[in-house]
Amino acid sequence: MEVADFCSASHVVIVAGKGGVGKTTVTAALAVAAVRAGRSVLIAEVEGKSGLPAMFGAPRLGYDEIDLEPGIGARFLTPDAALVDYLVSHGMKRISKRLVASGALEVVATAVPGMKDILVLGKVKSIEESRAADLIIVDAPAAGHAITFLLSARGLLDAVRVGPVHKQAQDVVSLISDPARCQVLLVTLPEETPVSEVIETAFAIEDKAGVALGPVVINGCFARVPAGIGTTSAAVLDDARACHRFVSEREAADLAHAIAFREERHQLQHAQIDRLRAELPLPQIELPFVFSPDITRTQLDELATALTEGIERL
Amino acid sequence: MTVKLDELVDERQVLICCGSGGVGKTTTAAVLALEGARRGRNTCVVTIDPARRLADALGLEELTNQPTEIDRERWVGTDEHDVVPGGHLHALMLDTKSTFDKLVTRNATTDEQAQRILHNTFYRNVSGALGGTQEYMAMEKLHELYDEGGFDLIVVDTPPTRHALDFLEAPKRLTRLLDNRVFRLLMMPTRAYLKVASVAVQTFLRTVARVVGSEVIEDVVQFFRAFEGMEEGFRARAQAVDRLLGDPNTAFVLITSPRRDALEEATYFADQLDAAGQSVQALIVNRVHPSFGEESAAGLRATAAALRNDPGEPAHHLATLYDNLADFRDVATLERAHLDGLRESLGEGAAVAFVPYLAHDVYDFRALHEVARLLFATMPDQ
Repeated sequence: MEVADFCSASHVVIVAGKGGVGKTTVTAALAVAAVRAGRSVLIAEVEGKSGLPAMFGAPRLGYDEIDLEPGIGARFLTPDAALVDYLVSHGMKRISKRLVASGALEVVATAVPGMKDILVLGKVKSIEESRAADLIIVDAPAAGHAITFLLSARGLLDAVRVGPVHKQAQDVVSLISDPARCQVLLVTLPEETPVSEVIETAFAIEDKAGVALGPVVINGCFARVPAGIGTTSAAVLDDARACHRFVSEREAADLAHAIAFREERHQLQHAQIDRLRAELPLPQIELPFVFSPDITRTQLDELATALTEGIERL
Repeated sequence: MTVKLDELVDERQVLICCGSGGVGKTTTAAVLALEGARRGRNTCVVTIDPARRLADALGLEELTNQPTEIDRERWVGTDEHDVVPGGHLHALMLDTKSTFDKLVTRNATTDEQAQRILHNTFYRNVSGALGGTQEYMAMEKLHELYDEGGFDLIVVDTPPTRHALDFLEAPKRLTRLLDNRVFRLLMMPTRAYLKVASVAVQTFLRTVARVVGSEVIEDVVQFFRAFEGMEEGFRARAQAVDRLLGDPNTAFVLITSPRRDALEEATYFADQLDAAGQSVQALIVNRVHPSFGEESAAGLRATAAALRNDPGEPAHHLATLYDNLADFRDVATLERAHLDGLRESLGEGAAVAFVPYLAHDVYDFRALHEVARLLFATMPDQ
């Protein structure tokens, strides 16, 4: 599948996964891949303090959209601002001010579980309808919360039976349950616990929330060690001798340690990737391990290329 | 004077493990508790949402609000001679809702009042895992265990939150809710107040009702009315929890991985704790890569390029090996640089311990013992 087609398949992509698996990185890489394919992107952050702007060398996100770079806009959707927005656009400006200023939103949000989620998703829906960008990527909260986040709309339909919030919940349900408008991209790591959790999350999202699932993105994969390369000091020294180079014992030990580490990781990861394939019938996209604890624009380019290749193989 | 990790496990009564999601917080809490038991203390670990295999290892098939003792044979492991006699290990998986129910029942003046609250829709929403209730109940459970459990050491896992204050302030949140101006006015029994308040309150309630419907308002009003007279109990409890968190026998253990995003959150956490008058006594860094020697990545890459591009006799295999080593040196160097940054912001006082990147996930006692050995043996390698 071409990336451009992937972007048109559904205009809203919700990126979800357990904490620490790299949701924000995948969000950013997908945005870069989409822009390369000629699509405009809007990234919606739903949790504050994300590393997203730093990856692009941009300042903190606010509620209003900023450009991370040409073609990639981003904004931080807070429930408060989303509510005010909604009320203002529905002729309830006076109410909105009072609700927020009195702190009543806090009380009401506690009273109505999922209220905040619905306000944020409702805003995503109105952004989608206004065609603000070709592709809207939502960087969802961590896994457990992601399920609640997606279930909130259905839950709210029962809890709140009248008024604008009810209407909003209805609209959100129709958005997220329509595969032509919205899909969830799950992110995981090729390790035991994250794989088990992504399987559980996938079934919960599909069964309970009725949201279409896209491919699973597996982050941080170590490439296979090319055939013919030994992973012991002795093999490294042999190799050096064979091509008439000198490598000290100590250096050979370091070289062997690093290559053996990579090989071992690769094997362990593959066992998990195979298990994921067997237990979760979704297409997989592998992203390479980034040899830097920092993700900057350089690493994003590399990841966007891998993501593009992965999408093209779908 | 730097605190040692050994000292915390040997001497403190409460260890609170905090950090962002996905850094191995629950596992580390289990390791600290195991180490406490191994050192002869009567220990309890309070876990929140552990991965299933770890829960199974701890004998936690379901949410239990009572600590369950783990059979000694199961946790002692193979090196029994290393275990100080007298230690016990208990585990508990927090049940947020029933902890809250118990809190309500205990504070209610009559059984009827308790029932009214427990059946209120608003309460049922609040007592689910929403809006910081999990943090609140983790702290409530901690206090209860501290008061009544007879444990030497309690290790608490905390829910993955972005804000350290979420659990520090969680106990105060309900009292703040009960203090909300609008609802205070609503419940004022005196006519004089009602007279002043009624117009404003009525208008306000109508406003809220237009947005979410009147049933919700009704529930909330009923909830606050049902709570009448219980605020004092809750307030006192919140203060008691506060005191426990600030007690010198309580220590905060910050858990992180060396990735930049995790470290940034850890730094943010430490700053918030500091601002709240608490300090981090120990930093545990999980999943640290080995250092893979000392050579500079740039030098290694230059060697790789020279080997590959040698017109006489290119050495592709060797070049791959050098590039690979350079990649891992990059990881190791940057990880250590980031860690130094965090240590600086923690100051001199905190113990720092590292757990290397392990080949397998940690979910049984054998692996927990392995991590414990690494944790309590490691010296900062720089």
